[in-house]
Amino acid sequence: MSAKTVLNYIPKKSVIHELTGTTKLAFFLLFTFASMLTYDTRVLVVLMVISFSAFFLSKIKFKEVRGIFLFLLIFLLLNNFFVFLFDPGHGSDLYGTEHILFYITKRLVVTQEQLFYMVNLTMKYFVALPVAILFISATDPSEFAASLNGIGVSYKIGYAVAIALRYIPDIQRDYQAISQAQQARGIELGKNERLWNRLKNSINILLPLVLSCLSRIDTVSNAMSLRGFGKNKKRSWYVKRKYTSKDFAAIAFGILILIFSLVVTFHDGNRFYNPFV
Amino acid sequence: MCIAGPSGSGKSTIAHCINGLIPEFFQGKAEGEFTLCGKDARTLDVFEISKLVGSVLQDTDGQFVALTVGEDIAFAMENDCVEQEEMRQRVKDAADLVGMGAFLEMAPHELSGGQKQRVSMAGVLVDDVRILLFDEPLANLDPAAGKQTIELIEKIRKQTNTTVIIIEHRLEEVLWRNVDRIILVDNKEIVADMNPAKLLSENILKERGIREPLYITALKYAGVEVTEDMHPEHPSALILDEGNIEKVRKWFESVSVKAPAPKGEPVLSVKNMDFSYNETFRAVKDINFDIYPGEMVSIVGRNGAGKSTTAKLICGFETQDSGMITLNGRDISDDNIRLRAQRIGYVMQNPNAMISKTMIFDEVALGISKLGLSQEEIQERVNKALIVCGLYPFRNWPISALSFGQKKRVTIASVLVMGPEIIILDEPTAGQDFKHYTEIMEFLRELNDAGVTIIMVTHDMHLMLEYTSRALVFNRGELVADTTPAEVLCNPELVEQAALKETSLFSLSNKCGIENPVDFVNRFIDYDRRVRS
Repeated sequence: MSAKTVLNYIPKKSVIHELTGTTKLAFFLLFTFASMLTYDTRVLVVLMVISFSAFFLSKIKFKEVRGIFLFLLIFLLLNNFFVFLFDPGHGSDLYGTEHILFYITKRLVVTQEQLFYMVNLTMKYFVALPVAILFISATDPSEFAASLNGIGVSYKIGYAVAIALRYIPDIQRDYQAISQAQQARGIELGKNERLWNRLKNSINILLPLVLSCLSRIDTVSNAMSLRGFGKNKKRSWYVKRKYTSKDFAAIAFGILILIFSLVVTFHDGNRFYNPFV
Repeated sequence: MCIAGPSGSGKSTIAHCINGLIPEFFQGKAEGEFTLCGKDARTLDVFEISKLVGSVLQDTDGQFVALTVGEDIAFAMENDCVEQEEMRQRVKDAADLVGMGAFLEMAPHELSGGQKQRVSMAGVLVDDVRILLFDEPLANLDPAAGKQTIELIEKIRKQTNTTVIIIEHRLEEVLWRNVDRIILVDNKEIVADMNPAKLLSENILKERGIREPLYITALKYAGVEVTEDMHPEHPSALILDEGNIEKVRKWFESVSVKAPAPKGEPVLSVKNMDFSYNETFRAVKDINFDIYPGEMVSIVGRNGAGKSTTAKLICGFETQDSGMITLNGRDISDDNIRLRAQRIGYVMQNPNAMISKTMIFDEVALGISKLGLSQEEIQERVNKALIVCGLYPFRNWPISALSFGQKKRVTIASVLVMGPEIIILDEPTAGQDFKHYTEIMEFLRELNDAGVTIIMVTHDMHLMLEYTSRALVFNRGELVADTTPAEVLCNPELVEQAALKETSLFSLSNKCGIENPVDFVNRFIDYDRRVRS
């Protein structure tokens, strides 16, 4: 197990992979910002096309990221379900008309407006999702800390991310060893045990795990200060890649997208595109 | 230079003063003077000191702070805001110096302990440090890797002309290469500061609880007076005259050796066992061995040779792909971890990773609390285990108040309480000094005498030689030898396969023209045991 498997970094040769981590992070933030602000269907369609083209450009295959995709899809369905359950009339309130399709109960009315609203909501997810996966899967974990630092986050926080990536696999290994030793003492953690007992028994693993983490933290922080971590206000990065014209182009493109989406969305003073009037 | 001393003697404190962790992380009251490269060290902060003193810590894993080798070596330079191009060049140079130039892209989990240590060395060598400080560099390595480390330290010292300070209590291993001076620390005081030859010719090491090199002890047993001009600091440098050789030979002939006990029916037997974690890598192949009741057996070999996997398979943490494991003639392949645990106990290397309760009694009782026994029965069994482990007086203590060795006993007690016939221990004495090592091992021997069969997975040659009657040597997933420890250590091929180091007793017996070195080693161990107990 390595940091690569934790974050699911998928090395490929592509334009997207060649961009620096900072560029990808900045683009991701600009793009997400654009998609968060707008409910304008036309803008969302454009963004979605860009987003999926970027994903296509990265040469990452859908099946390589299917797991995370499915997870988010389920989350999305649940979200839609609850939006409808709690306020089925929200769409009509927003668009000012009511075209009833059918009734489920007296309160739960399905309207065209509500459906349209929820389609927009779903599209927002589909705009942001591929770009987010791209940032995670097409950025070398080694470059993460440098990327965060590149967009202005303190390098100490940036490095905390790197340290987490470095030690999570170790902690997983500790966990496994401890859990095996506990099972050898009759503490059942296997599949035969009822869920509640398994949870209760996992507490026995927690104490030794926390203790081993604490002593690890001690060593790590000693080792880091012995090599001068925290000495200066800045630090350089061994893995940080040089900016190329592609990076500037990508960031400029990200800013343009944001401006475009803001202009189109707000020129009529409303975040929503209304096809009903 | 080497700083030696038993645990708690103050040698780590000295190290922390030198590298600036005191007063940065550990506060206290300081008196006296301490100059570093002509500057008053008490006016320097930990960062300034780190430019002068490069420290390599004991924990090879914990100090690897980056995601790849290259980044880890560059870490100090990153903090100094060195430009990337220069950084890459210096990383390359330092990595080449320690022989890791081809591994720059590798992640820590792909490296062995010895390789990680090399990376740490490179990480401090990128700065032009004046002093290299090693804190117990041999503690986590197998003997072969330890030997390479000492060789590498010597090479670096010669090439870069730095002062090297090694904190280590394994003198014999450190003396594999030239050491100018040894400082012996005991009871927070410096008790000796002299060259190795002089130190070895005196009896001061034994008095202070440090293990003498075995060949020196053997010479002393034989009545040879060890003097400075005999060059006792290295077995190959040692000069023995006719008279002394005769003394050693005489002693050898006078020592008798105990005949091995009869074996009987095996208690545990492993037949044609195969196992692989994934399709590409066979972890163990076709393993066959028997363990007899009352035996004390060691399992040795390099990392990844299949030692731990074999132990895990026996305990049921993993299930073999094919083959059979029988306990007292019954196939236990279908028993789960919990069932097997009542017959075969497993003790992890680090007691802190096993202990999950805060009180000693509760911890020991944990394993039998789920068996549906009455309160009295639990009480009785726990007390019995505590008495055996010498922990009864502490039964109501919190575990946090115990020393490492005592915690080890707690974990052994908590396994013993289940009443197992066999106990498997993973590196029972790792990181312990001679005194604690002896305490733990003598305790295990008592347990063994009481009838518990003991199997130990270890890198420690002394442990194997002094305490076990048989060694199983693993290499690349195969069991390559099943013989006496003395036989293993006198066989260069097995020594190499198991990542061990030839014992200095072997060199000594060759020097004295003794034809059967295995016998010499056996007799020495037997004699030494009687003297020490």
